[in-house]
Amino acid sequence: MNRRFNTFNLTALTFGFGFLYLPLLLVIIFSFNDSRLVTVWGGFSTKWYAVVLANEAYMEAAWITLRIAALSASLATVLGTLSAVVMVRMGSFPGRTLYSGMIYAPLVMPEVVTGLSLLLLFVAIGIDRGFWTITIAHVTFSMCYASVVVTSRLRTFDRSLEDAARDLGCSPFSAFCQITLPIIAPAVMSAWLLSFTLSLDDLVIATFTSGPGSTTLPMKLYSSVRLGVSPEINALSTMLIGIVASGVLIASLVNRRQERRLENETRAAAPA
Amino acid sequence: MRKVSLRSLMIAVPYVWLLLFFLIPFLIVVKISLSDSITASPPYTPQLTVQDGLAGLWAALSEFDFENYVWLIEDGVYLKAYLFSLKVAAISTLVSLLIGYPIAYGMAKAPKRWRSTLLLLLILPFWTSFLIRIYAWIGILKSEGYLNIALLKLRLINEPLNILYTDAAVYIGIVYSYLPFMILPLYASLERIDGRLLEAAEDLGCGSVSAFWQVTFPLSLPGVIAGSFLVFIPAIGEFVIPDLLGGSATLMIGKTLWLEFFANRDWGVASAVAIVLLMILIVPIVLFQRHQQKHQGELG
Repeated sequence: MNRRFNTFNLTALTFGFGFLYLPLLLVIIFSFNDSRLVTVWGGFSTKWYAVVLANEAYMEAAWITLRIAALSASLATVLGTLSAVVMVRMGSFPGRTLYSGMIYAPLVMPEVVTGLSLLLLFVAIGIDRGFWTITIAHVTFSMCYASVVVTSRLRTFDRSLEDAARDLGCSPFSAFCQITLPIIAPAVMSAWLLSFTLSLDDLVIATFTSGPGSTTLPMKLYSSVRLGVSPEINALSTMLIGIVASGVLIASLVNRRQERRLENETRAAAPA
Repeated sequence: MRKVSLRSLMIAVPYVWLLLFFLIPFLIVVKISLSDSITASPPYTPQLTVQDGLAGLWAALSEFDFENYVWLIEDGVYLKAYLFSLKVAAISTLVSLLIGYPIAYGMAKAPKRWRSTLLLLLILPFWTSFLIRIYAWIGILKSEGYLNIALLKLRLINEPLNILYTDAAVYIGIVYSYLPFMILPLYASLERIDGRLLEAAEDLGCGSVSAFWQVTFPLSLPGVIAGSFLVFIPAIGEFVIPDLLGGSATLMIGKTLWLEFFANRDWGVASAVAIVLLMILIVPIVLFQRHQQKHQGELG
């Protein structure tokens, strides 16, 4: 019955995905526009890419943003994985209700409130705002997303594998490292990617927690976008779209291949 | 012994992090919202310091007042901004549902080998920067933008439409940005519907339209509800979309908080705005939580 698309579904999908992709396609197409007038096509050119790459303010902001994203994603993944293990495996401990509340609350907290509250904390304890305060802010909300991703994988994980390792003489810690961790690795990897993108993407919280000399790329982009559409921003956006899209595509291909391999291995191991 | 200490360490590390950087900052917001505003640096009167100890705590508690909250109620701007945010969130949710449902339906009915590709295509724009997606709409909607050029060329209109910097642009921006959040739970609930139920309905003489309304739609309700909450909740506190696409009259509450903090430098009122915003959000969040618990396992 579902071998082919029917007309209604095909129309819905065409219009739907057209709506999702057309705005981005326009940005990409007009980034190659020779004319400074953004809506009038003046021939193909890559000169705006050269303009962006020569713009030191953009490049510096990009470098800061990448460092914050890589650092905060790594910390958030460690904390998030730890927190997922705590939530799924640790049973009850004093303050567990408060803990699960604190893990889920940042997911629904409006960004303006998160940003405001962290800024007020940094002012209250008198820390100079900049690179580290943005990183701390990003770790805090990313670790909750990371925790959700890893938690859902850990819940479906077959614990008998770990029990088998324990029976064969593994300590709980090494059973976790040798059995559990490799199996949940794809989820940990996607948690890292999600945290990385969340950090790359964040404007509001970074604006609240940044200080002089730590302007991130979204902050820079935001102040340019407020002035209107320009071919430089089109070129910069296209580069960012390209990087993120290829990252996601590669990650999903790797993920699919790993899952298939895991499936094959499990099947091969089953008869024995 | 070592096992016990490792366990408590594993609990303590994320716990302490969240206490320090989530709960304490939140308590500071509560505290400042209850303090007097003064326009200096720091722009509020600290009414509670750790050094004063318990006696100081008591003195401070008796000095806390709701001045900032009274101000929020007396000045009509804030009330209007809260109500307007609720209205924008509600309408955007409804429009997302109307646009998202056919897409989710099409995805769920697509041939199996296509589904994971379609899912990837749906999530891909969600990974690209939020700011770029909003920016793309500025180029489309502005008076000499792509939309007006196309409509003028097609002779559908005689003069350019003014959409950018109006409420309409804010609706478009919110629907566009949050559409994947609507489609994903819808798709999840539509995809699990057993095709045999529809066949049974048709065998019993149901037309395909009435089979949809009597079988498919009721079974997809958990997805409808989850998707609606996932659009409604973040839309209320949205800042970037009303700021970049809306006009100066489009005052949503997230933008009000931002202006109160960065332009008026009134930290007390900004904190009070934040607390009231959270109190408004608690209702949909709790409802959503209960809905998710009830349907746990049904939706990924």
